[in-house]
Amino acid sequence: MSETAQLTQEVIAQHGIKPDEYQVILDRLGRAPNLLELGIFSVMWSEHCSYKSSRRHLGRFPVTGPRVIQGPGENAGVIDIGDGQAAIFKMESHNHPSFIEPYQGAATGVGGIMRDVFTMGARPIALTNAIRFGEPENQHTKRLLSGVVAGIGGYGNCVGVPTICGETNFDKSYNGNILVNAMCVGLAEQDKIFYSRGAKVGSPIVYFGSKTGRDGIHGATMASAEFDEGAEEKRPTVQVGDPFMEKLLIEATLELMQTDCIEAIQDMGAAGLTSSSVEMAGKEGLGIVLKMNDVPVRETHMTPYEMMLSESQERMLAILKPGEEHIAKAIMEKWDLDYAVIGYTTDTGRMVLEFDGEVVCDIPVGPLSSDAPNYDRPWVETPKQPIVTSREIGELGDVNEALLKLLSCPDVASKRWIWEQYDRHVMADTLAASDKPSDAGLVRIHGTNKALAITNDCTPRYVLNDPFEGGKQVVAESYRNIIATGAEPIAITDNLNFGNPEKPETMGQIVGAINGMIEACKILEYPVVSGNVSLYNETMGNAILPTPVVGGVGLIQDYRKAIGYGGLVEGDVIFLIGETTDSMGASLVLRELVGREDGAPPKVDLELEKSTAQIISKLISDDLLEACHDLSDGGLALGLAKVAMASDIGIVGMIDDDLPKTAALFAEDQARYLIAVDAENEAIVHETIVKSGLKLSKIGVCAGDSLEIAGALNLKVSKMRDTWENWLPQFMG
Amino acid sequence: MRAAVIVYPGSNCDRDCKVAAETSINAKVDMVWHKETQLSDDLDLIILPGGFSYGDYLRCGAMAVQSPINAEIMRHATKGTPILGICNGFQVLCEAGLLPGTLLRNNSLKYICKDVELVVTNQDTIFTKAFKGKPNPIMTVGNGEGNYFADQETLNKLHGENLIAFKYVDTPNGSLEDIAGIINEKGNVLGLMPHPDRAFAKELGSDDGALIFRSLLG
Repeated sequence: MSETAQLTQEVIAQHGIKPDEYQVILDRLGRAPNLLELGIFSVMWSEHCSYKSSRRHLGRFPVTGPRVIQGPGENAGVIDIGDGQAAIFKMESHNHPSFIEPYQGAATGVGGIMRDVFTMGARPIALTNAIRFGEPENQHTKRLLSGVVAGIGGYGNCVGVPTICGETNFDKSYNGNILVNAMCVGLAEQDKIFYSRGAKVGSPIVYFGSKTGRDGIHGATMASAEFDEGAEEKRPTVQVGDPFMEKLLIEATLELMQTDCIEAIQDMGAAGLTSSSVEMAGKEGLGIVLKMNDVPVRETHMTPYEMMLSESQERMLAILKPGEEHIAKAIMEKWDLDYAVIGYTTDTGRMVLEFDGEVVCDIPVGPLSSDAPNYDRPWVETPKQPIVTSREIGELGDVNEALLKLLSCPDVASKRWIWEQYDRHVMADTLAASDKPSDAGLVRIHGTNKALAITNDCTPRYVLNDPFEGGKQVVAESYRNIIATGAEPIAITDNLNFGNPEKPETMGQIVGAINGMIEACKILEYPVVSGNVSLYNETMGNAILPTPVVGGVGLIQDYRKAIGYGGLVEGDVIFLIGETTDSMGASLVLRELVGREDGAPPKVDLELEKSTAQIISKLISDDLLEACHDLSDGGLALGLAKVAMASDIGIVGMIDDDLPKTAALFAEDQARYLIAVDAENEAIVHETIVKSGLKLSKIGVCAGDSLEIAGALNLKVSKMRDTWENWLPQFMG
Repeated sequence: MRAAVIVYPGSNCDRDCKVAAETSINAKVDMVWHKETQLSDDLDLIILPGGFSYGDYLRCGAMAVQSPINAEIMRHATKGTPILGICNGFQVLCEAGLLPGTLLRNNSLKYICKDVELVVTNQDTIFTKAFKGKPNPIMTVGNGEGNYFADQETLNKLHGENLIAFKYVDTPNGSLEDIAGIINEKGNVLGLMPHPDRAFAKELGSDDGALIFRSLLG
């Protein structure tokens, strides 16, 4: 179809533009758009780029704090980590592409999130990921898992950034819609941070990196729609990554940033050349002229429509200070990257595209970004569920067998098969990765004693049963995981994965979860500095579990103070801090052993989280703890098993007999930690905690080679480890 | 001690090698871009770092030996300058013909990153003498192509001339005879797959790799 032909209703609908949205376009232009212009509106107004269903809710997140330098609205969030340094981070989803083509979908997810970080002047220093697949029995799960892991590793390993930690879940709701959320953390000097804002009139727009091809056209639009039976046919809209090119692009971009010639810079991510140019112009109220014949292209006869909508990877767009182009050119030549001046900024506020001597697009920039639709989608509150007690679910039978079942269930079982495919040590600053018993990954800030603690968390089954409490819990668990290492939680990035927001029930989950997260972020003083929303995660009308993933970042001033939950020796004393109640709703044991997924999830008392965290932090900084582990899935029993396995030592002790055994062992009450103390420090630790008013229970001591809890558990550590280690390799074959 | 780390496009352990040599033996380390055509004559060590030179496209290390700097590496090899190739650097040394054999795809067909225990099978080389009397070193491997292969004649020669420097206690990748690192006949070129550049300080999990650098101090 020619780019000036009359647009039919069908073509408009194919671009994901709703009739009322099309009316807005007609109003703003005062005429009908041509196909190219429609394509540009379509990607800019896609859910993926415009956040049109969630924007009004996201705006309520707390986004400021003493260490926040840049909150949401730029490529990534920026926090102050002292000494003139900044950590820059963000998490982003690549769900739809990864389902269609797992290797490239996941690989380009990693590549995209790294670009968001180095675009701001940061060298990427750590990658993490939260990935979710359908039930193991599903015929596609093994292939998708294998492809996604190979893709994440294939990209990150080659670029040379360590993939230090992550989480992997399985649930039937992800059968037709897997989740691949990747996070990147980078390190920058505070006086060398680059933004998409800052462009001036009359400045050259330069393109560098890979050439533009036909891959990924309409990726952002695809990522903003539900899947139907034809999902596999969308394979051509999945981008293809080249990590080698990304590595060159990182080095070249950081080298360019050492010069003083950049006004504004933006990577070409979703919606490629369109969104990068519109964002840089839009932020300063400028116009742009792009000469489409000068765009470096990979294929012949590419049209402006294809060039503007391509999502070819490893490309950057920068607006330079006039007259400095030769500096950028020399750097790109050194790194053998394509480079071209493709246009300039103007004061017209319009986006003008020229091709073969004609103007093929002339539209105002403003409506593309600031006038994007902003829906107040109707929503209904998710009905509350009753508390489920241990009495109601009855005896679990042999408790040893129950614990073994949890250890080998897909969500808990060791993920060694996955993380051994990730380079966790490149850059030689990794202090704790997936192979170490630590609640968060730890990377040292190169050349200093400081380290960042990084963790990815979400418990979707809680969010499903109670979006508000579940939303609180996601943030609280992230906070605890950072606290347990001895670091100070600083800020989070979030990746909100939900179903179709046009369904009021789903929108209710979105609003509920966001409200819960907001409350937790406020009380825990743990602001959101960047994030991503992925909606329409539905296939054939079946939505995923609501999955708002949090990527938390904490700072520890001296990495030698950091602790994990391994390294225990005979005689170390194990305590449980926090209160356990008889609330089994939405617990792991309820799902895995009783086959029920109902009930109210554990309540999150945010003030208690905070006061408990303060005590833990103090004990760690006073060198009084040998180990610390946050309790979450599987409760005390699974926590003890993990501590015992990590140190290859038994634990002999007892549990509170005020509670039914099932609750004492498996309830998932929040604000609880297991700590291990050298016998010499037992008295002082005991006194400190009791004085603080927190509940403290002595579980027992490290001894022997079995987990022996009087009247409840008696399992060899080696047996637990075999059970825990074996599930995934056996499943993958 | 003056060292040079060669930086190919796609090298990603170049900084790690620099820091490892600085930390282990206080070496003065230059980073040398692959397009350079000169390497100083007074170098005491040349390191070919790990990573994915040229993206490992075509074949690991195959493109790197086409870089302009390669002629200088060959000149120094002949001259007797110690040359250490780690991971991708080992692959480059094999492609350059400075070491025999080749590194195939791991037998699991997957990238593998894990700690490995090594046996220092020849402790009389300029790179390994500091391992004498020490327990088996622990280092990490991180590669997709670490599966050492050579024909029988080459293996016989490696044995006969005691050119196998490191073996895995438990091979992670299917390497013939568990070979992890080999040295040339002249004794100045070492290639190994495990990373001493990630094992030079206790907080990284091991400082055993520092002994390779310390050996070079004589």
